[in-house]
Amino acid sequence: MAPRAPARTPQLTAQLSSAVPTSRLASTLASHHNQILEDWTREQVSTRRDLNDSLTELDLREHCAEFLQLLRTAAESDNFANIGAPEWAPVLALLGRLSRDRGLRGSSPSATASFVLSIKRPLFARLGTDFGSNAGALLETVWTTTDLLDRLGLYTTEVFQAAREEVIARQHDEMLELSTPVVRLWDGILALPMIGTLDSSRTQVVMEALLTKIVETESDVAIIDITGVPVVDTLVAQHLLKTVTAARLMGADCIISGMRPQIAQTIVHLGIDLGSLTTRATLKDAFKLALSRRGTDLGTFAPAAGQG
Amino acid sequence: MSPHDEPLVIPVATEMDITLVRQAVRQHATRLGFSLVDMTKLVTASSELARNAVKYGGGGSATLQVVRQGGRNGLTVTFEDSGPGILDVDAALRDGFTSGNGMGLGLGGARRLVNDFQLHTMVGVGTRVVVTRWL
Amino acid sequence: MDRIPILRIGDLLLVTVQVDMHDRLALALQDDLCLAICSRDTRGVLIDISALDVVDSFIGRVLADTSAMASILNAQVVVVGMRPAVAITLVELGMTLPHVTMALNVERGMDFLRNHNRSLDAPSESAGTLVPA
Repeated sequence: MAPRAPARTPQLTAQLSSAVPTSRLASTLASHHNQILEDWTREQVSTRRDLNDSLTELDLREHCAEFLQLLRTAAESDNFANIGAPEWAPVLALLGRLSRDRGLRGSSPSATASFVLSIKRPLFARLGTDFGSNAGALLETVWTTTDLLDRLGLYTTEVFQAAREEVIARQHDEMLELSTPVVRLWDGILALPMIGTLDSSRTQVVMEALLTKIVETESDVAIIDITGVPVVDTLVAQHLLKTVTAARLMGADCIISGMRPQIAQTIVHLGIDLGSLTTRATLKDAFKLALSRRGTDLGTFAPAAGQG
Repeated sequence: MSPHDEPLVIPVATEMDITLVRQAVRQHATRLGFSLVDMTKLVTASSELARNAVKYGGGGSATLQVVRQGGRNGLTVTFEDSGPGILDVDAALRDGFTSGNGMGLGLGGARRLVNDFQLHTMVGVGTRVVVTRWL
Repeated sequence: MDRIPILRIGDLLLVTVQVDMHDRLALALQDDLCLAICSRDTRGVLIDISALDVVDSFIGRVLADTSAMASILNAQVVVVGMRPAVAITLVELGMTLPHVTMALNVERGMDFLRNHNRSLDAPSESAGTLVPA
C-alpha cells in the first residue's frame, strides 16, 4: 500500500510549485485572471489614443482575453527558452494574426508590440502578491517572464514588418500597372503609351501586361509609344526589343512610335538590325500604319527576316 | 522543415526522364508560389539541362531542393552526370541559337532563365550544373 | 507509343498539341506531318500550341525544322497560340524562330493560310519583311 501523501496546505502548494519556476507564472495567471485582464485592458485603452490605434475597445478586450488564455496554457509547460516549440504555437499564431492585422490596417509598430509588453505591469503586480515572501523565487519568475514577453514582443514586430512589406510590394505593383495602361485603339490594335523613366523591373512588368492584353483582346498589332520616355538606355532598348520579339512569337506585330534620333543611335550601337523593327515618329503615324495593315490581305503575318 | 522540403532526386537516363523532370519542377514551383513567368523559365531551363545530361552526359540525375536565404524561398535544381565533361566552357556558355540551329549545349540560354547559375565540370570526370530561382 | 493526331480539312492540316511532348513524340509528329503533306495535295499546316506551357529549345527546333521541311514540300506552316510566358521564356533563351510564321489563334491562322494560298498563283517568297509603310 502506497504511503498517503501529506494533506496539502496552501503554503505547501506554493512551496511545491517553487520547485518548477515556470508554473508560478501559470498559477498566477490562473488565480488572478480577471484582475489581470481588467488592468491590462484598461492600460491599453488609455494608451491607445496616444499610439493612434484604430481598434475598438471590444476588440481589444477579446484579444487580451484570448492571449491570456493561451499564455496560461503555454506557461504550464516547462519550456520558456524556446518559443519556437510546439507548446507556444497557439500563442504565436494569435500574435501573428493580431500583428498582421494591425500591420495591414496601418497601426504603428509600437502599438503592435505594446500589446504584449503592456501586460508586464499588471502581471508583475500579481506575481509580487503571490510570491513576494520569497524574494529569490520572485526575482527568478519576473526575470524569465520578462524575457519571454520581450521575445514575444519582438516576434510581433517581425510579423508586423513582413505584413507592411507585403502592402508596400502590392502598392508598388498597382502603381506600375496604373502608370502603364494598355489602351485599345481599335479592333485588334493596342497602344501602350510609356511615360517616365523605365527601369528593368518596370519594363518586365509592362512587357507581361502587354502580352497578356494581346491574348485577351485578340489584337494583332501593338503600338508601343515611347514619346514620353526621356531616356532609352541599352537595357531598356533590349527589353523593348524582347517585347517586340515575344509579341511576334505570339503572332502579333509591334510598332514603336515616338522614335527619336538619339534612340535610333542607341539601337544601332546595340547592333540590332533596325530593318526588322517597325518604327514611326508619332503615335498617329503608327496608328495609320496599323489600320492599313488590317485592311490588307497579305503580309500581316509575314515572318521578319533576320530577327534575333 | 516540412516533408515537402526534402530533396527530390530524379534519375535522368532517357529522354522520357526529361518530361519527368519538367513535371517535378513544375509541381514544386507551383507549390512554392512562383509566378507563371518565373516558373516557366525554371521548368524550361531544367528541361535544357536535363537533356544535356542525357545527350552529352551519358545520363545522370536531377535533384530538386527547396532553399531559404535571407527570408525568401527558392528552388534549386542540381544536374549531375559522370560524362566526358565540358572541354571549352566559354563556347558552351555562348549562344548557338541565333541562327536557329540550336547547336551547342544552350547553357548560356539556361543561365539567363535563372537567378543563380553554377557550373562545375572536369574533363573525363563529369559535369554538375546548379540553378536556382528565388521567389 | 502514342502519336499526336493530324486532322485534314481539304488541303489544310490541323495539329493540336495537347500534351507535354517528350522528344521522340515531337520527332514522330514531324515525320507524320511530312508524310501527310506528301500523301495528298496540302497547301497549309496549322500547329496549335496553345496548350503548351513550356516550349524548350528542342521543341522550338522541331517547330522551325517542320516549318522549313513543309516549305520545301510547298506547304505553309503556321504556329498558333503561343502563351505569353512561353514567348517571354523563348526570347530569353535566345530562340526567336525567325522563319516560322506565327498567329494569335486558330482563327487567325486559318485566315492567314486561306489568304496566303490565294496569292500563291505567282511564286513569291514566303519569308519576307514586314509590310513597309
